[in-house]
Amino acid sequence: MKTAVMGVARAGLRIRPTLAADLPAIIGLDEEVTGLAKPGYWGDLFERFGNRRRDRRFFLVAEGQSRVEGFVIGETRAWEFGSPPCGWIFAIQVRPKGRLKGVGTELFNAICDCFRKTGVVIVRTMLARDNTTILSFFRSQGMMAGPFIELETMLEGGSPP
Amino acid sequence: MKLQKATSFALFAVLELAAAPTRQLAAAEIADKYGISLHHLAKVLRDLGRAGLVDAARGVGGGYRFAGNPKRLTLMDVIELFEPIGSDGLGGDEPRQPTDVVRALRLVLNEIDEHALATFRSITISTMLKIVNQRPWLAALGERKARKRAQRG
Repeated sequence: MKTAVMGVARAGLRIRPTLAADLPAIIGLDEEVTGLAKPGYWGDLFERFGNRRRDRRFFLVAEGQSRVEGFVIGETRAWEFGSPPCGWIFAIQVRPKGRLKGVGTELFNAICDCFRKTGVVIVRTMLARDNTTILSFFRSQGMMAGPFIELETMLEGGSPP
Repeated sequence: MKLQKATSFALFAVLELAAAPTRQLAAAEIADKYGISLHHLAKVLRDLGRAGLVDAARGVGGGYRFAGNPKRLTLMDVIELFEPIGSDGLGGDEPRQPTDVVRALRLVLNEIDEHALATFRSITISTMLKIVNQRPWLAALGERKARKRAQRG
């Protein structure tokens, strides 16, 4: 498969679409951050975002010195929650030891470029309120609370995880 | 949400000083710019100094200088020096035996608090300065919303 380079972000860092060969590194990075290995989940995400509908689905990695430093996943979606087409970022992650060096910003900028090419002008994301690190990151990129409120309920008979 | 006066003054001062961290500013300059009480601001600056967020230099040409890390210091860090964030429940006159109504109201107030806390904890001084400098339209939007709220209220 051809690997299109989206851009040389900063010295030694390359943003490009994810390849199947990157999956072990992505699974490892996620495990390092969350403490849980989820190979099935990442394999499924790669199948959906790395292989299909690549005109509107984006799964990018930041590669530095032959190593995956981080990744971002998103999609341009339309009319969910009544919203006109907009870009959604589902996940962004940077290797803990590689943080505060602009890797996340480069990934964010790269996926925003991808969204822009699909014609959208709004980018959204959703994350846990107590995930201060990522919340602060998105804030630092200029994101602010949007016009939606997330609501949920527990089904009868359910119990908190 | 309404912040107490001291908290607002602290945020004005921190943001003003952090915008030019190498520059020393007199308390009077900040007070003049925001049209606020110099006496009250001086007290707030002393508190900020004790918290290690500003350095004070005495004498001619003296003033205050930002001493924090703008990428780490959040709005919450500054706010909680001056006031507790979170609703004061139901106005301090809650019944001794909480009823279902009281519990339900607390649940809703807690939801609002959680959002406010997450917002204040996630915005650093550095991010605030970006909003100030790069997004004047956002500030204008905020003013418009505030005016509309005031008209409704």
